[in-house]
Amino acid sequence: MNRIFNVTKPLTLLAAASLLLAACGGNNSDKTDKSTSSAATPAATTSPTNTTAASSDSQEKVTIEYWQYEYPSKVALINELIKQFEEQNPNITVKQTNFPYDQYNEKVATLVPAGKGPDVINLYYGWLPKYVSSGFLQPLPESGFPKADIENKYYPLVNASKIDGSYWAIPTAVRTLAVFYNKDLFTKANIAEPPQTWEELVEDSIRLTEKDSKDQFVVEGLAWEPGAQLHHWYRDGLLPQAGGQDLSEDRRKILWADTPAGLEAFQYLIDFAVKHKVGTTGVFTDDVTAFKTGHAAINIDGSFRLGSLATDAPDLNYGIAPLPSYKSKSAPSSYWANAIPAGVTGAKLDASIKFLQFLTSKEVQEQWVDKVGELPAQKEVATQDEYLNDEKLGPFIRQLDYSKAHFFIDETGERTLFVDAVNEVLLNKVPVEKAFTDLVAKTQKLYDDYWAKVDKK
Amino acid sequence: MVTTTTRRRAAEGSKSLSLRLNYRTQRYLFIYLMLSIPLLYFLLTRLFPILYSFNISFREWDILSPEKPFVGLDNYYGLFEDEAFRKSLKNTFFYVVVGIPGQLAVGLFAALLLQNVKLLRGFFRTIYFIPYITSIVAVSWVFRWLLMPNGWINGQILNLGLPAQPFLQSPDQAPYVIALSMIWQSVGFQMLIFLTGLEGIPKMYHEAAHIDGANAWDRFRFITLPLLNPIILFSAVIAGISYLQSFAHIVSMTQDGGPLNSTRTLVYHIYKLAFKNFDMGSASAATVILFVIILAFTLLQLKLLNRKIDY
Amino acid sequence: MNPNTESIRLPDDRRLSRSYANQAWLILRYLLLFVGVAVTLFPFLWMAASSFKEPKNLFDLSLIPSPATWNNYGDLFVKAPFGRWFANTAGVAVVSTVSVLVFDTIVGYVLAKFAFPGRTIVFIFIISTLMVPTEMLIIPWYLLASKLGLSDTYAGLLLPGLISAFGIFLMRQFMESLPSELLDAARIDGLNEWRVFSSIAVPIMKPALATLAILSFISSWNQFIWPFIVLQTESKYTLPVGMVYFSSEMKDNSGWILIMTAATVSVLPLISIFLIFQKRIIQGIALSGMK
Repeated sequence: MNRIFNVTKPLTLLAAASLLLAACGGNNSDKTDKSTSSAATPAATTSPTNTTAASSDSQEKVTIEYWQYEYPSKVALINELIKQFEEQNPNITVKQTNFPYDQYNEKVATLVPAGKGPDVINLYYGWLPKYVSSGFLQPLPESGFPKADIENKYYPLVNASKIDGSYWAIPTAVRTLAVFYNKDLFTKANIAEPPQTWEELVEDSIRLTEKDSKDQFVVEGLAWEPGAQLHHWYRDGLLPQAGGQDLSEDRRKILWADTPAGLEAFQYLIDFAVKHKVGTTGVFTDDVTAFKTGHAAINIDGSFRLGSLATDAPDLNYGIAPLPSYKSKSAPSSYWANAIPAGVTGAKLDASIKFLQFLTSKEVQEQWVDKVGELPAQKEVATQDEYLNDEKLGPFIRQLDYSKAHFFIDETGERTLFVDAVNEVLLNKVPVEKAFTDLVAKTQKLYDDYWAKVDKK
Repeated sequence: MVTTTTRRRAAEGSKSLSLRLNYRTQRYLFIYLMLSIPLLYFLLTRLFPILYSFNISFREWDILSPEKPFVGLDNYYGLFEDEAFRKSLKNTFFYVVVGIPGQLAVGLFAALLLQNVKLLRGFFRTIYFIPYITSIVAVSWVFRWLLMPNGWINGQILNLGLPAQPFLQSPDQAPYVIALSMIWQSVGFQMLIFLTGLEGIPKMYHEAAHIDGANAWDRFRFITLPLLNPIILFSAVIAGISYLQSFAHIVSMTQDGGPLNSTRTLVYHIYKLAFKNFDMGSASAATVILFVIILAFTLLQLKLLNRKIDY
Repeated sequence: MNPNTESIRLPDDRRLSRSYANQAWLILRYLLLFVGVAVTLFPFLWMAASSFKEPKNLFDLSLIPSPATWNNYGDLFVKAPFGRWFANTAGVAVVSTVSVLVFDTIVGYVLAKFAFPGRTIVFIFIISTLMVPTEMLIIPWYLLASKLGLSDTYAGLLLPGLISAFGIFLMRQFMESLPSELLDAARIDGLNEWRVFSSIAVPIMKPALATLAILSFISSWNQFIWPFIVLQTESKYTLPVGMVYFSSEMKDNSGWILIMTAATVSVLPLISIFLIFQKRIIQGIALSGMK
């Protein structure tokens, strides 16, 4: 480090001077960059099969870079998969780079202007619109990933990565939310079955709640953390269950307030903390910790939690049940998907397509379930008896058919608005109706801004 | 003989002359050479970046796309329509208004306590100074845990039979918690500065006032405080800037500057705009606003505290 | 025996009662000072104590861990590359300290010991950069660094901290105490300016240099916002940055005990350095506050 630094320092200062002058003047070099990459993209996508064939014949070695977030079991599996892939494709070397989960989005984005970029990138589906509208990604080549194929094989929730008629990313695995319930605490409260309806959930959580003489929680009936999974539960669970609708067909309008269902669902969610007082934010640090340590009887959480529960709380006696339903059934789902950045062309593009096809293959999806605990994204793979009959995986998979994945235009922004609305009621005693109306208006504004930007382009 | 000596003399004379000349040029050469790299460095890493921020603040630029179209004052208008930005301005103002007097008062109080203490003086000074040299990030996580609903502090409060407090979970209490944790961290530093200042006040002033019958409070008000004026200015500027730039506390102690943006500071908002929303234009505009505030703040403090006090 | 006895006894009494009051006041002082010590040290004690608790006992509020375990320290280095972060932090701190030492000493010396046109302007310019906090410059710095390809590199991390305006100010204060006669004598002996500086001024200023070195080492060790922005890949992080990521990840995995262990590990080396060199550090800080 010392050495690098000594060499670069004088150069850096010089370069910095010239750069600042150049930067103030304008960005000619950047513009040419863009025009070349956008010109190259369609050319490359029109005939990938030919080029794929050509490149596998040639002995030229290609190295591609794969970026994903840091999650021990996932990193280990990807390393294993890379080995398998490289054995099948001796010409291709895959390099994996990891970023911390919490800051993944900005770490990735901040590297892009520096000219560093991956060839295949793992992104949360809710970030896709932003990445697509800023021109960072290219659509998945039709030849490698035919649209009809995707729509046939995958669960309909992957529709969230279809923007402007093309798919921009494809997942290996998906996740749904379900009820995690502590069996010991259920036995203690004499409850035989996990709750199946909205009403039962309220009744059970009240019965399960335990407080000490100082009115402090000993056991939360329902762990309640709006910023964790509850906002998903609202959008894709409670709201449709109550008969409401999330988004208009063209994804431009928030329809929460168009039927009474929106407010009803919002009120239902808030009542747990405000009216029934069966749980609240921040107790036992957070919902997951509360559940892990036996301080929460029920938690609404995702299939991705199975892995960490197994390692951190191996003795916890818990079960999984589908989300309680009301007028209909619905469960929130989400996924991390792999995409190819716009600048990837030529041999690298071919190698990236191959790697992506490998990552979404049946075999890999199966390994993924075993090692990471996430659900296969393809129906045929997920509905194998082995998984359906699994006590923990089964309930998650059975919900996939009626699951929904909200089309986020700004995942953090929308979540923040939801948490703020809930906190307004909880902490500032704002009436629920007002908080809800504000929430819808502010979320709508996010959408309006996004579409105004997109329409301008 | 004669000629050689004169010649030698002449040679010596010219040599010493050239030496002297040499010496002067050498001296200036040395001075400007030594200053050139640091000056260039400060121009490049301090002055130019500020100018560059001004430039970007008039452009629309999301980090991912290569174009940066000029949009005039749009970013500035956008900021003032942005509720979270206004909130972050208000909070930053709150931290400065509550935090500076807080830091100064606690620091001065500690200095006065320690002033005439002989036994264990070094011990106290050292202990009080420890927080100042520890990483904010580490300490913030400790505070965060101590202040949790199920944390140690609430445990003690409940043991006293009082109701548990939400602390960082409450928009009313969280800003004070942040301000207090910054005071906790700076007491040692402020105390040290004040101790130095107090030592600089000649003892005879106090003795004279004592003979005149002034009580301790009067002596503090009419002798210590006025004479400490330059020190107070220095401390206030340091404290003020530490509050204006607070960031690590917000990242580590709060959930995204919450609850309800009650702890979000200007610097945190800039960070969010730039690296979460990828809106470099607005982030730069907010940076320019921060710059103007810091400038105004410094000038104001200089003016307020530099007033001559008449006796 | 003396007619003045009465008048003398009276002030005597008063002195006595005053010394009682003084004593009470002194006790109160010590009491308050010790309360201060408790408030100051408690978070550290809590942090250290928690690091010895079993991870599952995170809601245990006692100060003495039972059962106590060392395992968290081992776990820490398995769960995250703390060793690497340690080395990064130390390396960055050493390099930037050396650079600061070299440049700040020279500039401080020149500003203190030479009269030349523009001296005041140069001094004011340098000092005024102190008013521009790092936090304000992260956006342009980041843009600059990524343009230069220095994003996610140590060179990029080091760039803004190679010369410190505060250090220049400090060194100037120190250098003013340097006797000019000594320098002049060296010049008469024929030493050139560089030699005067390097073989006369620097050796005398060794204590001041040490103070500056420790102060800049500490501030580099603790710097947060810039490394947080400029470093992207996990293996390059410094301790405070790694600490943030590690903690926010652990928080979601009920790892509060490990967070406390990490805090202890990241804070201990610096506290030890401080305790060893505290005289110098305190002297340096105090000096910066003097006019």
